Amino acid sequence: MSPKTASDLSAAPLSPKGKLSADTPGSAPAGTPNAPMMRRLDTKQAATSEPRWFQRILIGVALLYLFLLLFVPLITVFVGALEKGVAAYLGSFGDPDTLFSIRLTLLIAAIAVPLNLTFGVAASWAIAKFDFWGKNVLTSLIDLPFAVSPVVSGLIYVLLFGKQGWLGPWLDLHDIKIIFAVPGIVLATIFITFPMVARELIPLMEEQGKEEEEAARTLGASGWQTFWHVTLPNIKWGLLYGVILTNARAMGEFGAVSVVSGHIRGMTTTLPLQVEILYNEYNYVQAFSAASLLCFLALLTLAAKAIVEKRVARSRKDAAASIGGG
Amino acid sequence: MKTLTGKKNLKILGLASALGLALFGLATLPAAAGGIKLLNVSYDPTRELYEDYNKAFSAHWKATVGQDVTVSQSHGGSGKQARSVIDGLDADVVTLALAYDIDAIAEKGQLLPKNWQTLLPHNSTPYTSTVVFLVRKGNPKGIKDWDDLLKPGVSIITANPKTSGGARWNYLAAWGYALKKNNGDSAKAYRFVSDIYKKVPVLDAGARGSTTTFVQRRIGDVLIAWENEALLASDKEAKGKVELVVPSLSILAEPPVAVVDRVAAKHGNAKVAKAYLEYLYSEEGQDIVGRNYFRPRDEKAAAKYASRFPKTNLFTIDEVFGGWQKAQKTHFADKGVYDQIQKEGK
Repeated sequence: MSPKTASDLSAAPLSPKGKLSADTPGSAPAGTPNAPMMRRLDTKQAATSEPRWFQRILIGVALLYLFLLLFVPLITVFVGALEKGVAAYLGSFGDPDTLFSIRLTLLIAAIAVPLNLTFGVAASWAIAKFDFWGKNVLTSLIDLPFAVSPVVSGLIYVLLFGKQGWLGPWLDLHDIKIIFAVPGIVLATIFITFPMVARELIPLMEEQGKEEEEAARTLGASGWQTFWHVTLPNIKWGLLYGVILTNARAMGEFGAVSVVSGHIRGMTTTLPLQVEILYNEYNYVQAFSAASLLCFLALLTLAAKAIVEKRVARSRKDAAASIGGG
Repeated sequence: MKTLTGKKNLKILGLASALGLALFGLATLPAAAGGIKLLNVSYDPTRELYEDYNKAFSAHWKATVGQDVTVSQSHGGSGKQARSVIDGLDADVVTLALAYDIDAIAEKGQLLPKNWQTLLPHNSTPYTSTVVFLVRKGNPKGIKDWDDLLKPGVSIITANPKTSGGARWNYLAAWGYALKKNNGDSAKAYRFVSDIYKKVPVLDAGARGSTTTFVQRRIGDVLIAWENEALLASDKEAKGKVELVVPSLSILAEPPVAVVDRVAAKHGNAKVAKAYLEYLYSEEGQDIVGRNYFRPRDEKAAAKYASRFPKTNLFTIDEVFGGWQKAQKTHFADKGVYDQIQKEGK
């Protein structure tokens, strides 16, 4: 069955149901599919709505809040960057240390993102499709980097790999540099960003269930074939969404990276750290120019996120529809 | 249906990996340049000084020894930088804000001999500075001396003494002034310093952070700062926006330098690291020091830049506090006087 007709079918009985429940709110029959329930809530809200002036004030407050907290700072960055003209703005990127920090940031993202993509897919595959002992613990552990402060994440590595740390003397003996060098920055970035892909995939995969995989296995597909032809197509948009978020955070991380970096110019300064250095050295135009790169990254991320989000919603709906239809 | 999406899927993956590869290509870092690499881990306000000095030293070393030297810099609060060196930041030389921080590297890190301060002239301090005030243009709050800081409505900016060396000098300067004014009554000195910290809205981690808070973010009425930091702002970076005020009594701040023996030896940099610090005492080195608003030790350079540095009464840390080890233990160690002040403030 094609997913389109399925969603059409489930959408068909919407309007009568909506009217019905508006008369008797809260009397939803158990097991109503998701989409109609949302509709019903909408009509209910409209029936008990606040006066229009109140709505307008609320919207106004929200917009003002957004404007003050998001748009004004964003504009300030670009005003600061262009304060001395476009030539000065472009000239900022000629500074070798800034150029280096851009390269280092890209390198770190190029290492951290694929690793966390692999880890995230493997972890969510295991958690969503299999039952095993300690699953809940693993699920909570994945969220750990979100729960601890980035500074603590950085300190973990200092305590582990620092000269006075657990592994420090051994590393020193073998002349391996981890913290205050690029490997430490990569490790801290991976730690900070590792929940992002898994957090995005686990709910999606759980929603999709394991029936399709089980069917594929029954039909004789190998584990790898099942993953490649059944699971991956189902999660690809969710995965891409996770990757975009991971990348944005990997390039923008400051706290954890600041702790393990050592701030050596042209050696261990990433773009966010370089922004701080430039700002502290009275190079405001250069600082804001470098910051504007990070803003562009954020805007790109937002655009990509909006596109992918739509596709994710669609693939979720497809999943729901195929369950409803089957 | 599924096979179709499978193919599409392949395409997306292919695209993603191509993008990844492109990123990686962009990111490949330039091959390390040849020659000697030296890392100078320093404190916050020496950024401009060492940027100048490193160029001069590289040229000097190339001319006299014939080798290329690239000196990398790392700056931050002095205490924090010392901690990083102890934790493994590979500094060949450290040029920090105060002797105690290098003592810590000698004791906790065992990276240099404990008598390091005797190895270079003038207690290993090639330049000195002091603590002054920076106020807004026209001095609207009429701040002339330490007592004026406690006038109602005056908000004070200084950094966190736990992480910043400059902030520790600031604290001790205030304490020394109060002691002298109250004939050595330390209870009164405690009250005075405690009242100052009650009026501080932002405690940055390093001296430069508090300067940008005051100059760029325009928070506070007075910045307690290194003289070199205040001169750099009032003479150059924020000229016409801020003014320097010299209190009647202040502290002679002696920021020392040292070779981190174990690290330099490991890098094979022992000789060049020593020369790097010794050249700070040379005619050219001292001139660069003066040009960057630090007080030179050398008389000739001191005379050349004398007009920059206001004359005021200075006391040393040894005279009033019995040296850094003692001052650190009494005031800045865990549960020391500063911690009590912080607790009281809450």
